[in-house]
Amino acid sequence: MTMQIADAVSLSASDAKAREKARAHAAAARDTLRTEARAVRIAIITLAVLFLTVFVVLPLVVVFAQAFSRGILAYLAALAEPEAMAAIKLTLIVAAISVGLNLVFGLVAAWAIAKFEFKGKTFLITLIDLPFSVSPVISGLVFVLLFGAQGYFGSWLRDHDIQILFAVPGIALATTFVTFPFVARALIPLMQEQGTQEEEAAISLGASGLQTFFRVTLPNIKWGVLYGVLLCNARAMGEFGAVSVVSGHIRGETNTMPLLVEILYNEYQFVAAFAIASLLAMLALITLIAKTVLERHLDEGEDASDH
Amino acid sequence: MKEKTQVTIEAKNLVKKFGTFAALDGVDLKVDNGELLALLGPSGSGKTTLLRIIAGLDWPDSGEVSFNGEDALAQGARERHVGFVFQHYALFRHMTVFENVAFGLRVQPRAVRKDEATIRARVKELLDLVQLDWLADRYPSQLSGGQRQRIALARALAIEPRILLLDEPFGALDAKVRKELRRWLRSLHHEINVTSIFVTHDQEEALEVANRVVVMDKGRIEQIGSPDDVYETPATAFVHGFIGESIELPVQVDGGVIRLGDQPLQLAAEGLASGASKLFVRRHDMLVGPPGSGAFEGAVQHVRNFGPVLRAEVALSGGETIEIDAPRDKELRAGDTIGLNPRRYRIFAG
Repeated sequence: MTMQIADAVSLSASDAKAREKARAHAAAARDTLRTEARAVRIAIITLAVLFLTVFVVLPLVVVFAQAFSRGILAYLAALAEPEAMAAIKLTLIVAAISVGLNLVFGLVAAWAIAKFEFKGKTFLITLIDLPFSVSPVISGLVFVLLFGAQGYFGSWLRDHDIQILFAVPGIALATTFVTFPFVARALIPLMQEQGTQEEEAAISLGASGLQTFFRVTLPNIKWGVLYGVLLCNARAMGEFGAVSVVSGHIRGETNTMPLLVEILYNEYQFVAAFAIASLLAMLALITLIAKTVLERHLDEGEDASDH
Repeated sequence: MKEKTQVTIEAKNLVKKFGTFAALDGVDLKVDNGELLALLGPSGSGKTTLLRIIAGLDWPDSGEVSFNGEDALAQGARERHVGFVFQHYALFRHMTVFENVAFGLRVQPRAVRKDEATIRARVKELLDLVQLDWLADRYPSQLSGGQRQRIALARALAIEPRILLLDEPFGALDAKVRKELRRWLRSLHHEINVTSIFVTHDQEEALEVANRVVVMDKGRIEQIGSPDDVYETPATAFVHGFIGESIELPVQVDGGVIRLGDQPLQLAAEGLASGASKLFVRRHDMLVGPPGSGAFEGAVQHVRNFGPVLRAEVALSGGETIEIDAPRDKELRAGDTIGLNPRRYRIFAG
């Protein structure tokens, strides 16, 4: 069987028909390799489909069904509520700030880690992963401890009339902390794989550090950057735990979308809660689609670099 | 092509350590203007490190590098105006061939940057020089290894470098392309006449292409000389063993007598220090004769037809087994007992 496949493959470099045949051979080979009985296979596949339906598809459907349960007008009215609009606006602002900051931090961190050798590099990589391993609630509490009224900087901040906790800066800080690893994590392996030779070539051709970064390094990692930004954004908009601790839940002021969903739900305003939730669900769907597209670009980039 | 800038390179007592490993261990080197110099050595001999230090991509722990007597170490890679061709080409993967070659011209400071038409003309000229003008719109991933190598060279030449450095320029290519490019590089160097250094671990490449060869081992220079010099009169045991195929025999020099095991050899030993030594003979310098006619005697084990020569494995009576090359018309068969006389040989202490 293997011989046949090998023959068919070697003969069919340009011949699509023969290639088709080879594929059929390969499929046949795979079939004979299967050891599970037909019934077992069906049972396993059914289980997988059932699981996906119950845990992924059904919740999505429920969100949209509940959101539209009193018709499209009620849905739009729920979204037009000042409280809802304020939450959407706050979420967008916070996401913009934290994605922007993490784009810069992530690029700098990945650049340092991938392109230079220095002591404590492993420690730095571990540190970057810290927000992933700590519960978001703890992350939020850290900021309360630092900037709260009884916190380390609390009295100083009060003296200078700077509001961090229970305001946009606190929410942005907590979100930035929680979403810190995304951009750096997307870029480090990519930049490590690309090495430093192109940068060295650019510098030996007379490029300055900035020219090298913008003309050589950045174009090489642009898909990776977008990928990191996308995941970072999705998490920033959806973050609940850390934000919940630092926000103070001031209605119309410091409630982000996920916080508002919870509040509305607890107040039995199901249509309003699910209307906001549906926006977050749509964000998730768009993120998934964009992610798939970006991953294809990233793969192509790898092929192209395959000398 | 353009007016030539005269550049001589001088390196003095360069030392570079990576941890406890000494990549360069006191290297002195002078490269004359317009030379095509080969740095030859096994991997880990420090040749690439030396090249990168000259380019400004690495810095020595101590020592000096000067171009025309000016301290080069005071300048970064950007200011040195050195063309560097990387082993794996390091072409910018997101740029076309044209933009790759144009890069060095486009990143020049605004004050000296040429206008677009001049840049285009210059890139065209360079692509013609490397005979790849028809690939201008392709991306590096669409090129063969040999084409990438030539584009990398064109890109390095675009900045009119004072010095051209090539790191294993043909290392990643297959044998046939490599031979073509070697000849091409030599004629190109003849045409542009820029002081050039290339690194290689392939002795054939070094001997064929370079005017002068620098043989390195373990971070030190073993010998500097013309290709003929290093082949005909190797300065050290390492050079003899590394360049050209050699027979190496452990011998004992003892008051004007050379012994292999306890057998004295009928070889002149004037001026040799007593002690354990190594005898080197090129395979084709071992002449075959009837038994008893030469310094060695041995039994032929195998004979293989090896292109223009016969390669025979001979078990010497002292116990060592060696390989020799004999002319094809020589009648040699397994089982024959023969005499062997080295036409030329060298003995190194140690």
